[in-house]
Amino acid sequence: MIRYLNEERPIFLQIAEMLKDDIVSGAYPEDSQVPSITEFSVAFNINPATALKGVNILVEEGLLYKKRGLGMFVASGARQQLIGRRKEGFYRDYIQPMIREARRLEIGSGELMEMTERGIREHGDRNQ
Amino acid sequence: MGIEISKVTKKFGDTCALSEVDLELKEQGLYGLLGNNGAGKTTLFNVITNRLFPDSGSVCIDGESVADRDEVLGKIYMMGEENYYPEDMKVFKAFEKTGLFYPQFDLEKALELSRQFGLDTRKKITKLSTGYASIFRMILALCVNTPYLLLDEPVLGLDARHRDMFYKALIEKYAEAPCTIVISTHLIQEVAHIIGHAIVIRDGSIIKDAPAEELLKGCWSISGSKDKVEAFTRGMRVVKTSAIGGLSSVLVESADEISALPEGLEKQKATLQDYFIALMDKEEHKNEASCGN
Repeated sequence: MIRYLNEERPIFLQIAEMLKDDIVSGAYPEDSQVPSITEFSVAFNINPATALKGVNILVEEGLLYKKRGLGMFVASGARQQLIGRRKEGFYRDYIQPMIREARRLEIGSGELMEMTERGIREHGDRNQ
Repeated sequence: MGIEISKVTKKFGDTCALSEVDLELKEQGLYGLLGNNGAGKTTLFNVITNRLFPDSGSVCIDGESVADRDEVLGKIYMMGEENYYPEDMKVFKAFEKTGLFYPQFDLEKALELSRQFGLDTRKKITKLSTGYASIFRMILALCVNTPYLLLDEPVLGLDARHRDMFYKALIEKYAEAPCTIVISTHLIQEVAHIIGHAIVIRDGSIIKDAPAEELLKGCWSISGSKDKVEAFTRGMRVVKTSAIGGLSSVLVESADEISALPEGLEKQKATLQDYFIALMDKEEHKNEASCGN
């Protein structure tokens, strides 16, 4: 997916994040090829060394592997690995602040559960 | 081995165009030579390619002086504003001729780029519009395949779409066969993420020379109410201050990580453009550059 880079964070990190998002969303399935360094740098008008630095983060984390002379491919298990890591982040970034705010508003655990269930109902539970 | 420029000074009458310039351009690298009009960018390129002789100092390419060896100059190509072709020559013919001087010239690529940019290769060079004359010179530069390439304001006269196409063609060329490319420009933001190394020139002197990411490391724009910003940035290296009403925004160079920001203040990463403008402003009140003698 094409997104735009911003000035807030280093470009190589944004490239890495983007690739991870696309692995999680299934845009790059396991064992499929990801764009080459040239394609990345041309698409975003960035220095090839920057694109390489971003892609290498995923290589180091074992999410991508190199096929000599062919390019980079998504490792098997990469998506599950990313989802697992993001669940940890989900707990820290969403659940914990939600509970803190609930306490402040004097929402009890029963009421919180009810609200959560209502949210799930209203947004449609895709897993059921 | 690269290009080594040591202690180069060049004067035009009383004007000091280059003042004791020391610079090293390594083999493989995308350099940005950033400076305002009249900073000395073109003069520097002309000295590197031996079109102008420096008053003092020397330029070596791969260890050999450009002043006394013609073969050395075959390793470098400069895209400038001038045309070196006979008036009535057609674009296609000029491509062919270039191949005689630069054996690595890629004619096929030149024709492909001409198609992409819509350059009519049957036209006479002198009949090209300003934009297409630039495109013609730029295509030559992207296809000569010399180990060293100097691009002097390559996008001058190009519209936004053609500029974007040019940057993409440049990146593609560099990614596929890395060489040394120096691109001089005053359109800083357009090349901010393309260049790997930034050289800032002002009044004939190099004032910054660093990898692009290092240059901006620790450069933040801190904004908020005037008193709070002042209190917070006290003791920091302030590059530029701008204020509107009771609000103030300060560009700082901070060696330490700015992590704990007081309530009410905001920080933003400085862009290359902001930093460049700040550098130019900062020096504005300085006296005319001297040649150091």
